[in-house]
Amino acid sequence: MREKSLEISELAYVYPDGNQALYGVNLSISKGERVALLGPNGAGKTTLVLHLNGIIPTMQGKVRVAGELVDAKNAESIRSIRHKVGIVFQDPDDQLFMPTVGEDVAFGPYNAGLRGLELEKAVKDALELVGMSDFIDRPPHHLSFGQRRRVAVATVLVMKPAILVMDEPSSNLDPAARRELAEIITSLDITLLMVTHDLPFAHELCQRAVILSAGVVVADGQIGSVLSDSKLLEAHRLELPKGFTL
Amino acid sequence: MAVLLFILVAVATPITNIDAHIAYFSVIWLALAIAKIPPLIVIKRSLIEIPFVAFALLMPFFGQGERVDFLGLSLYQEGINAGAAIIAKATLGVLSAILLSATTTAREILRGLEVLRLPSMLVQIATFMLRYLNVVTDEMERMRVARASRGFEAKGIRHWRVLANSAGALFIRSYERGERVHLAMLSRGYSGTLPKEERVTISPNQIVLGLALPLLALASLLISVSL
Repeated sequence: MREKSLEISELAYVYPDGNQALYGVNLSISKGERVALLGPNGAGKTTLVLHLNGIIPTMQGKVRVAGELVDAKNAESIRSIRHKVGIVFQDPDDQLFMPTVGEDVAFGPYNAGLRGLELEKAVKDALELVGMSDFIDRPPHHLSFGQRRRVAVATVLVMKPAILVMDEPSSNLDPAARRELAEIITSLDITLLMVTHDLPFAHELCQRAVILSAGVVVADGQIGSVLSDSKLLEAHRLELPKGFTL
Repeated sequence: MAVLLFILVAVATPITNIDAHIAYFSVIWLALAIAKIPPLIVIKRSLIEIPFVAFALLMPFFGQGERVDFLGLSLYQEGINAGAAIIAKATLGVLSAILLSATTTAREILRGLEVLRLPSMLVQIATFMLRYLNVVTDEMERMRVARASRGFEAKGIRHWRVLANSAGALFIRSYERGERVHLAMLSRGYSGTLPKEERVTISPNQIVLGLALPLLALASLLISVSL
């Protein structure tokens, strides 16, 4: 059996206002797999993602990242978990908070204790991976949306995470930027969990698809077979674009 | 790293300003230091001072005590002094701010403040302000466009309610963004401090250069007092 990058078992979560988001989610991702997490709005996808690095403390069930249990009460383990899980959030303006691109990419490794030349090299390498090396000294607000998204990916890659989690990576991108991002993602040798509504994009990049609906996993399988089951998609408010065939 | 020097100047000048009579000397020194900045830019940027000047010019007309006759106007001595002091100090302040902003980027000012050991929390707040000012103004502009697209024109007091609602919405959006940014920071291992620039070193030369301006001002103050 292959090494597991992510193991979630019986994960349940109720928001403080009594709204239950997750009802026992089971999901296991092997090293090197690229998995699409699909589901309608309000299915609990973001809640699930925030569990992966302990931003939301696990209430019931277990989350393991590369074998390590996510335990929000254990500050030491949370720190190492946050290095293993790289989350790219939906709005790059939320993710890029430092005055320049370079400093932003350096933020994570700096917190991990990297300094000096090592830090510089890590930053350069990560920007190279997303093709943004020329922008190292630019302030994020001077970049286009697609460029900011790519930098956001670099800020996470620089941590050399065991698993890369992307929340709606293709949203708000123009077709060329979307294609460029897809090329970057395919070029990376990394375990990927991609949360998205963009089914063609998921199909292009992932081998496996998981549908989360109303807080449970309702489908998990080879992406081609999941996406060709039109009854299943319809039942969970997912649709392929008109005229699109697999 | 000329940054630091000018910050030192900016911080130190107000102290020398206390004696308004002497302040004129420092103005000269400041002007000397500015030499490399086109005078036109300095004048343009100084326009910000006009409201203060207008206020200061009014001061001689209001006051108490001794009166002075000048060009047929009867003015109060006390008011003249106060007005002159305001003009002098404001000019000094504006000029030094122009000096700083013309020679130093906002980012460098922040680094300088950090080196000067300003509490890191304040530096962090200023850093985020620098980053998100544009984001928030963009959002404000989008909201304005959205209002205008639906036929709204802010014409009078009756429209303040709408504007207040927009301001409220903007505030809540910014607050929520703040939360998301915080989540993103936590996700990347934030533990209370922002990365610092480590290569910042200050040579004695820079300190001397930076202190030159305030020291000259101080010297002129001392000389004038002893005379």
